[in-house]
Amino acid sequence: MVETDSASAISEPLDLVRLSLDEHVFVKLRGDRELRGRLHAYDSHCNLVLGDVEETIYIVSEDEDDDSVQTIKKNSEMLFVRGDSVVLISPTAES
Amino acid sequence: MLFFSFFKTLVDHEVTIELKNDLKITGILKSVDQFLNIKLDEIRVVEEGKYPHLSAVKNVFIRGSVVRYVHLPANAVDTALLEDATRREAANVAGKAR
Repeated sequence: MVETDSASAISEPLDLVRLSLDEHVFVKLRGDRELRGRLHAYDSHCNLVLGDVEETIYIVSEDEDDDSVQTIKKNSEMLFVRGDSVVLISPTAES
Repeated sequence: MLFFSFFKTLVDHEVTIELKNDLKITGILKSVDQFLNIKLDEIRVVEEGKYPHLSAVKNVFIRGSVVRYVHLPANAVDTALLEDATRREAANVAGKAR
């Protein structure tokens, strides 16, 4: 295997997350939740710390005839997210 | 180990823990272990009316696996230090995997 500079190369999926450190990210979570914020920390379990976070919760109507979706937005200055709720992490431009 | 160390730096700060059952508990972080189990003192339940079951409880142990979020005091978090520690941890994990 070719030795690469481990500080900058992308060789595994979490390296994409490492390049997003101190950048704006989009995080999709279990339970119809999404987060947008600045990534300050992560580990191999996808535990995260995000700053200036906006959380969006999608509440889908139980009624079968009514397929409307209600959204709730919440803000948090500094948030730890447990990795077992995380579905995906994506780099985004700041909105 | 990164988040274990991180939470140890936040001991004696006030945090709000949001559980996977939507219960939110505010309290003073008293201790944490490697599973990110958390002990809180002087707790109060956010939206007490909706969840009156814990109104007599003063301190709790929370199993790490039921935590969804921990809302942190932003002024207690050194973000530059945290990012450096994250890079070090990532390099460590990559080194072990090889």
